[in-house]
Amino acid sequence: MSTRSNAYWKANLRLIALCLTLWGAVSYGCGILFVEQLNHFSLGGYKLGFWFAQQGAMYAFVALIFFYNWRVTKLDQRYRAERDTRDGA
Amino acid sequence: MSLQDLTAVVVGFTFVVYIGIAFWARANSTSEFYIAGKHVPPVANGMATAADWMSAASFISMAGLIAFLGYEGSMYLMGWTGGYVLLAMLLAPYLRKFGKFTVPEFIGERYDSDLARFVAALCLIFISFTYVAGQMRGVGIVFSRFLEVKIEVGLAVGMCIVFIYAVLGGMKGITYTQVAQYCVLIFAYTVPAVFISMQLTGNPVPQLALGSTMADGSGYLLLKLDQVLMDLGFNAYTHPFNDSSMINMLAITFALMAGTAGLPHVIVRFFTVPRVEDARRSAAWALVFIALLYTVAPAVGGLARLNLIATVNGPDGTGTAYETMPNWFRTWENSGLIAWHDHNHDGKIQHAAGRAFAGGKPVFDRDARGESGRRLVTNPGPGDVAEGAPFANEVYVDRDIMVLANPEIAGLPDWVIALIAAGGIAAALSTAAGLLLVISVAVSHDILKSTFAKNLSDRQELTAGRIAAAVSIAIAGYLGSNPPAFVAQVVAFAFGLAASSLFPVILLGIFSTRMNKWGAVAGMLTGLIFTMGYIIYFKGVFIAPMAENVPANWFLGISPEGIGTVGMVLNLTVALTVSQFTAPPPAKIRALVERIRLPEA
Repeated sequence: MSTRSNAYWKANLRLIALCLTLWGAVSYGCGILFVEQLNHFSLGGYKLGFWFAQQGAMYAFVALIFFYNWRVTKLDQRYRAERDTRDGA
Repeated sequence: MSLQDLTAVVVGFTFVVYIGIAFWARANSTSEFYIAGKHVPPVANGMATAADWMSAASFISMAGLIAFLGYEGSMYLMGWTGGYVLLAMLLAPYLRKFGKFTVPEFIGERYDSDLARFVAALCLIFISFTYVAGQMRGVGIVFSRFLEVKIEVGLAVGMCIVFIYAVLGGMKGITYTQVAQYCVLIFAYTVPAVFISMQLTGNPVPQLALGSTMADGSGYLLLKLDQVLMDLGFNAYTHPFNDSSMINMLAITFALMAGTAGLPHVIVRFFTVPRVEDARRSAAWALVFIALLYTVAPAVGGLARLNLIATVNGPDGTGTAYETMPNWFRTWENSGLIAWHDHNHDGKIQHAAGRAFAGGKPVFDRDARGESGRRLVTNPGPGDVAEGAPFANEVYVDRDIMVLANPEIAGLPDWVIALIAAGGIAAALSTAAGLLLVISVAVSHDILKSTFAKNLSDRQELTAGRIAAAVSIAIAGYLGSNPPAFVAQVVAFAFGLAASSLFPVILLGIFSTRMNKWGAVAGMLTGLIFTMGYIIYFKGVFIAPMAENVPANWFLGISPEGIGTVGMVLNLTVALTVSQFTAPPPAKIRALVERIRLPEA
């Protein structure tokens, strides 16, 4: 694997790690592990922990996939641009 | 027009649309039959994926589960949506880059092993048949309840429709029919939810209504629901960990997520788009379309529970006389999904905590009728008043009717009820078609072509695929009308097996260049045997259960529904260990893995 490919893959893995950390935090963290603590706060008529478990986690999942796609598309573009300049030189 | 005629017209109209689409999108080659020729735009694919994924269980059963579980229902909500994050980041783009037709094909090539491909194909067929039997049953229930025909007749009609568009159109026909089915099912699900949200809170957006104040000025809806339930001796709706421990919830949620990401009929949808970026984009759109229904479901569940209690116990909370109950009570009683036994002989129906019938479910005394036409049961419980309840519980309400009966309970117009029937059928048919397709492709492409008849021409393979689809539909129909006693048990199987076998093996195939066939096969077998063994041990599929299915007997307090999580960890551990002590995969495999990781054309 070339260094360019390696750098692309490492960057992609870092991005995935970040997104999956947030993915776990909103669902397993806010929705299950800390639900009782968060239930002391409220969001309108929802207890906060309950809201994360039945609403918030799902909104966060959608946002995370769009965020990941946006960032990884940037990575793809940079990778292609670097490849083209090097091949052209 | 009567409700029944109206329902027939609405359902009939949707069928005409599905068949019209099937003729328009016929498949002419194996590529079109298997993966729609890779021409599906990502938003349309997202919509088709959503319809494919949301089954009769999502549409008919989930809100009912939430209504009765309260907070713990969240494990289905998060579990069945969170898997798409895994799909979008860990699987879909790389499998699309691999660029072939099926999941077993990827496993076979990545691990350079026809045996691995064959085992994966068998897993896939088993998982998919488990699922499809439930879908056909769902179609039958909707038909028999709303059109008052025999379940068998409903099944036969459903089978014909699926036959026409799956056998003719293959993946291409199914994809565009699923787009139409998504529109039908989301409309059918949201319209009654909006009506009921308006009635109870004055806020038309269900996601907000659940967190709003009651329209009658009695404060926040969820607080009221908690209070009403506690007054009847139930646990509070929003209170966590009543029926399920924290560790069990974590395990079930994870097993559902990993299982979702490993389900072959979902993965294969990402093979149908033109480019790798489109696979990621369609995963994102799929989740948007799924979340539209899944964020409404908790509102449907909570509001339905409140409505049900208010209707049954009446405005003064002392019960409603059987004669004055609205019509839906009797129609569902006729179909056996609602039952009543007048424990205190006051002629009124009362609902509270506790079991109305010995063993939980009612056993009807055939068609015997008592006073004012009530159905008689042979197993009334002792009629004890549960702790904290004001009176004994006298009603059994099957969870599966909460969505279907919801519009009737809320007194909504007939066309909304007809819509629900069409939506339930759309959800079941779209999932059934997707599953039948992956079964037929596994048979014709992964088993027939790769093992038994290697020089099959494209035409012959297409014919074999169509025959396999037709045979699978016949088997599915048979399973739907004669459900084996264990159908309900094996649902845990589908997700457990996908999570503990297919998901880790695909994941390692992409993210580890060192993983070889010995590691993969050893891991798959460990995950599979452990998970199957655990489920059979407690649930007894084919044989009697060997231990009582209670938390005290469970490993680490994890129920059979969540054991796929442990199976997955075992799979990964064994696979990584074995691969360290055996030869690394050949150079061509490492080149393959490096190729699918990079965004090059």
